[in-house]
Amino acid sequence: MTNKTIIIIGGGHNGLVCATYLAKEGHNVTVLEARDKLGGSASKHVFAEGYHVAGLAHVIHPLNPKIVKELGLKIKKGAAIDTISLSEDGNHLILGKDSVKGGNLSADDIAAYKDFKKEFRKYAKALEPLTINKPPRLKDMDNKDKFTLAKIGWSLRFGLGTSSMREFLRVGGINIYDVLNEVIDDPQLKGAIAADAVIGHHMGPRTPTTVLTYLNRLRGETYGPPTLPQAVGDHFVEVMIKAATMAGVHIEKGARVKRIIVNDGKAGGVELTSGEERIADMVISNADAKTTFLDLVGAAEMDAMFAQRINTTRTNGTVAKLHFALNKLPEIEGLSNGEMSQRLIVAPDMRYVEHAFNHAKYGEYSEKPVLEITFPTLADPSLAPDGHHVMSVSASFAPYSIKGGWDQSRSVFSHKVLSLIEKYAPGISSHVVASEILTPKDIEQQFNVTGGHWHHGELTIDQSFMMRPVHGTAQYNTPIDGLFLCGASAHPGGGITGIPGHNAAKRILSMKGGE
Amino acid sequence: MEKHDFKQVLQHTPFHVRVEELSLMKSWSPWNGYQVARVFDTLAAEYFAVRSSCTVFDVTPMEKYRIKGPDALDFLNRLVTRDVSKLKPGRVTYVAWCNDEGRVLDDGTIFHLGDDGYRLCAQHHQLDWLMISSLGFDVSIEEETHDVAALSVQGPTSYSVLCAAGISGLEELKPFGILNTKIDDVDVMVSRTGFTGDLGYEVWVDPRHGITLWDAIFSVKERGLYDIKPIGLDALEMVRIEAGFIMPGDDFITAETAVRADHDRSPFELGLEWAVSFDKPYYTGRRALELEKSQPAKRRLVKLSVEGNKEPTDSFLYDAKNGQRIGAIKTNIWSPILKSNLAMADIDYKNGEAPTEIWAEIYYQKELEWKSTWARCEISDKPFWSNKRRSQTPPNRV
Ligand SMILES: Cc1cc2nc3c(=O)[nH]c(=O)nc-3n(C[C@H](O)[C@H](O)[C@H](O)COP(=O)(O)OP(=O)(O)OC[C@H]3O[C@@H](n4cnc5c(N)ncnc54)[C@H](O)[C@@H]3O)c2cc1C
Repeated sequence: MTNKTIIIIGGGHNGLVCATYLAKEGHNVTVLEARDKLGGSASKHVFAEGYHVAGLAHVIHPLNPKIVKELGLKIKKGAAIDTISLSEDGNHLILGKDSVKGGNLSADDIAAYKDFKKEFRKYAKALEPLTINKPPRLKDMDNKDKFTLAKIGWSLRFGLGTSSMREFLRVGGINIYDVLNEVIDDPQLKGAIAADAVIGHHMGPRTPTTVLTYLNRLRGETYGPPTLPQAVGDHFVEVMIKAATMAGVHIEKGARVKRIIVNDGKAGGVELTSGEERIADMVISNADAKTTFLDLVGAAEMDAMFAQRINTTRTNGTVAKLHFALNKLPEIEGLSNGEMSQRLIVAPDMRYVEHAFNHAKYGEYSEKPVLEITFPTLADPSLAPDGHHVMSVSASFAPYSIKGGWDQSRSVFSHKVLSLIEKYAPGISSHVVASEILTPKDIEQQFNVTGGHWHHGELTIDQSFMMRPVHGTAQYNTPIDGLFLCGASAHPGGGITGIPGHNAAKRILSMKGGE
Repeated sequence: MEKHDFKQVLQHTPFHVRVEELSLMKSWSPWNGYQVARVFDTLAAEYFAVRSSCTVFDVTPMEKYRIKGPDALDFLNRLVTRDVSKLKPGRVTYVAWCNDEGRVLDDGTIFHLGDDGYRLCAQHHQLDWLMISSLGFDVSIEEETHDVAALSVQGPTSYSVLCAAGISGLEELKPFGILNTKIDDVDVMVSRTGFTGDLGYEVWVDPRHGITLWDAIFSVKERGLYDIKPIGLDALEMVRIEAGFIMPGDDFITAETAVRADHDRSPFELGLEWAVSFDKPYYTGRRALELEKSQPAKRRLVKLSVEGNKEPTDSFLYDAKNGQRIGAIKTNIWSPILKSNLAMADIDYKNGEAPTEIWAEIYYQKELEWKSTWARCEISDKPFWSNKRRSQTPPNRV
């Protein structure tokens, strides 16, 4: 492929990864970001004067190591953190990579946890060839597709060995609830793992495919331990911006794309909301699939059934993000100061998680939500004024559409979340000096993600792999010549991974003469 | 209160009381959920009536949709393969539409009703596809199959009959034109359209006034002016094959109902190339059709005349006597006027070319004994039967 003028719509982390790869190959790449900052859902976010969080994403795993290496991203490693599942009696459970302690655990459960994590990380690793390559097509495979399939076959069969492979095939399609009941007794331990399997999805522990969503989450763990993102200077988005700029990527902020220009079935550039038109040989979208196809391309430019498939993908988010400004670090009974900087969750057992999800099914927020709580100021004090702190909470389930609408429920839900935390951190409410709640509706508006969905679309089987976001556009290319997807709505989905951006770039670079 | 008779599976059209009276054979067929006549008295009489006088066929069961709204025309143009952007108010056009893969879902006609939007007539139920296709367009789509009744009045004397029935303004009406007028104080819409290849009209009416329309037309016969014959589906099948019109579901499997890959058909494969435009904005299936166009033709649905007097029903076709199989007959009739076996046939092309020789192997019975024979076939590029009456304006009063 000779040098091309390429426009990337959206400067989320995946857009930046994709841009950098392409610029490094000599292409003339411009990133157009609608917001006044880069990084999308991972961008630093001010929610009250002087109070920030590092992003909607507040617990991150390392980016895919191949990407880090190839792009030379010098991301400062934050301190590895554990997950602490809070207990009202102060006898919390501390879950590490392979070890678990606290609570009322039996020796059997401690051993079972270790075995379970090892086995499941093995599955997650075995799926890696499928992750870091474009998903193979079912029809008209190219050599790369055949190679990926061969690798995944090899990796499952020989990487896992006979018994693990059999077990993987058995659990792959079932739910995490049944699997955990087979291997672990302790309700709190099962609740903590189940919460990981469903966070960000419209799923409860008993929903089929929650084993796959759990594996998707474990993939990050195979790259390294989770951390709280650094915010200032060292924020990984800043590192990415630097790498992009060095590679020659031209970045524009506050440049919202209104329309992708399509001539005779080929993308020829974009029109900005300012009315300005930009010509390009290729347009790559970091925006989600619905935004890209239905808003920017327009259904009229596409085949009716394709547009229908895009329109009916499930993209309603289920997580509300709450940010609290505190004039003092609260105390949680049974936690040391060091432990406050870990990832804290409220998911006392699987029934609790399932009940929380039940509400979402009926268009209600959870009466007793599942919470993921961090205190980002413990990793980066500059996020708040001296001595002050911020608390960042992901609360599930807060469905995109609720009965009566969010306007009348926003503050009620926010209050519910805070009073739930109050149970573990008595008195915390009196330290709150400012707060914000971002429902999926708000996230949709402020972060430009349809449905405000964590993954730009549910990670169910029918919306995964060669069907992500839908078949007909699952290999980063689209029915429109010269238009590509590079964001979380493409395979393998969301989270801070850089993988969709990487895969899209590799796909484009491997095309001969524009294919 | 009206009681629903659950034993009555098929609905009656508004003309049913008259149809029932005139039907001697009581031979019925279901059509889109309605009970319609196959034959009234004898097929031959009905057939010859179409070609020599005036016939009335009840087309009420035809699927009808009303499309309105600011984007109605853009919506239709994205739906169908033909460029309909220049369709004028008061005009009708033939169209076909495809799925994403460029395979034909159905065919029909679009009526531009002026301020009242557009009517799309289809062979098969299309509401779901129309709804799917409406994403991104500001349109309203309503099914009006049961809200509009229609009679197809066809044949050399159809113009004279309708004039005698009291319809004025017909002399100006060109083929594919629409006239809004009255008959016995009842509002009717007349379009110069039909399925016979001859002079003919379709008269559209509110079902509540269906009988008034029927009686007004048949009064012409009662007054001894012209003969008028009601006809059934069987006679229509004969004349539509003579006229070279294709029938989705009979001549080919529609894309929605095809289960096996490659059993559905593209408009090119159905000989509808003339109704496919690449000179218009994007429409569903276009990308697939452009690709197909760039490749050699794989097969075609053709009009085939078959030598001899043995009916080639369901016959396989070969490139020589005892040669290689290259296709099959889909529908066929014996044409009394042309004295020939006529058929719609699906044949394979080789390197994009039609076979130079086509033979049908025909199985037939003689006093319950099966025999077979070979008959030479000829592709006909033109309709087997046409008459300049069809397009003459004003038509001759006879
Ligand atoms: C509430 C919430 C909590 C989360 N928590 C975590 C977490 O703790 N850990 C984790 O790993 N992941 C988390 N995620 C998921 C993660 O943030 C996303 O999956 C990830 O950021 C997706 O990255 P992306 O680059 O593909 O898209 P995005 O980050 O969404 O970036 C897309 C960019 O495109 C821009 N854009 C869209 N439309 C246009 C347009 N028309 N013109 C110009 N620009 C446009 C947007 O403004 C945006 O900047 C969370 C997500 C949510 C919603």
